[in-house]
Amino acid sequence: MKRLLPSPLLTLALLVIWLLLNQTVAPLHVLFGLLLGLIIPRLTLPLRPTQTRLRKPWVLFRLLSWSLLEILRSCFNVSRIILFRKQQDLNSQFIRVPLDLKDATGLAVLSCLINSTPGTVWVEILSDSHELSLHVFDLHDANWWIDTIKQRYERPLIEIFEQEQA
Amino acid sequence: MMQLPESLPLWLGIPVVFLLLAGSLVTLIGALGLLRLPHFYQRIHGPSITITFGTGCFLLASMLYFTGLEQRPIVHELLITAFVLLTAPVSAMLIMRAAVYRDLRNENKKATENLHQSLPKPKTD
Repeated sequence: MKRLLPSPLLTLALLVIWLLLNQTVAPLHVLFGLLLGLIIPRLTLPLRPTQTRLRKPWVLFRLLSWSLLEILRSCFNVSRIILFRKQQDLNSQFIRVPLDLKDATGLAVLSCLINSTPGTVWVEILSDSHELSLHVFDLHDANWWIDTIKQRYERPLIEIFEQEQA
Repeated sequence: MMQLPESLPLWLGIPVVFLLLAGSLVTLIGALGLLRLPHFYQRIHGPSITITFGTGCFLLASMLYFTGLEQRPIVHELLITAFVLLTAPVSAMLIMRAAVYRDLRNENKKATENLHQSLPKPKTD
């Protein structure tokens, strides 16, 4: 079973993508999508060096819904700043956030979420101190950002991807 | 010549129009930000609202419109959403890092001062 189906989530995702692309749930397409979902994960297995298991899907769901709200809120803020704020008053800064999350997939998700949120861009992880360097469009309080990222983003990701350490 | 479809009910047409307008407005604001903001590190934040909110509005409008037009659920715009959300952050990060390393290498004082010296100390607890 493990050999036949190395990553069931990927299989499911490929099937869904195939059905969405063809906009149908006809049995033939379901069958072909399943076939793709069975073959592609096996072929791409060497490309994925780390195997990750999603441990708490509902935590991920909560994280994603919260991020969506945060993205909408940030969109509003960034628009307001672009339209109405004087440019001299803008306090664009680099900040550093110490990270505890080590899992590569978790960090990838974190970077996607942070970069998707308008007003913050991920620069890099400083390898010596494992700190995240982040550029913030309009910084009020660096500690607020650090707390938010650690509480709201990093903690759920640790729960999802590194549960055995928690 | 734009022909308004007959089969699209009004109650669906209004949100579609509203979403398209909102998306266009946000795209315009993002472009304005790209144009007006003085520094590269600020300009990179302008289009990010276009990518998230603008694209989101357009895709939602597209889903509603074609669902109403063809009288069956059309949701394959979700794929575009997924791929945009997977790829746009990567390009933003690459552009950002390219700029940071350019400034570090050229010893662009104004930018790297910001990067290295005025970094606030992280809270230690």
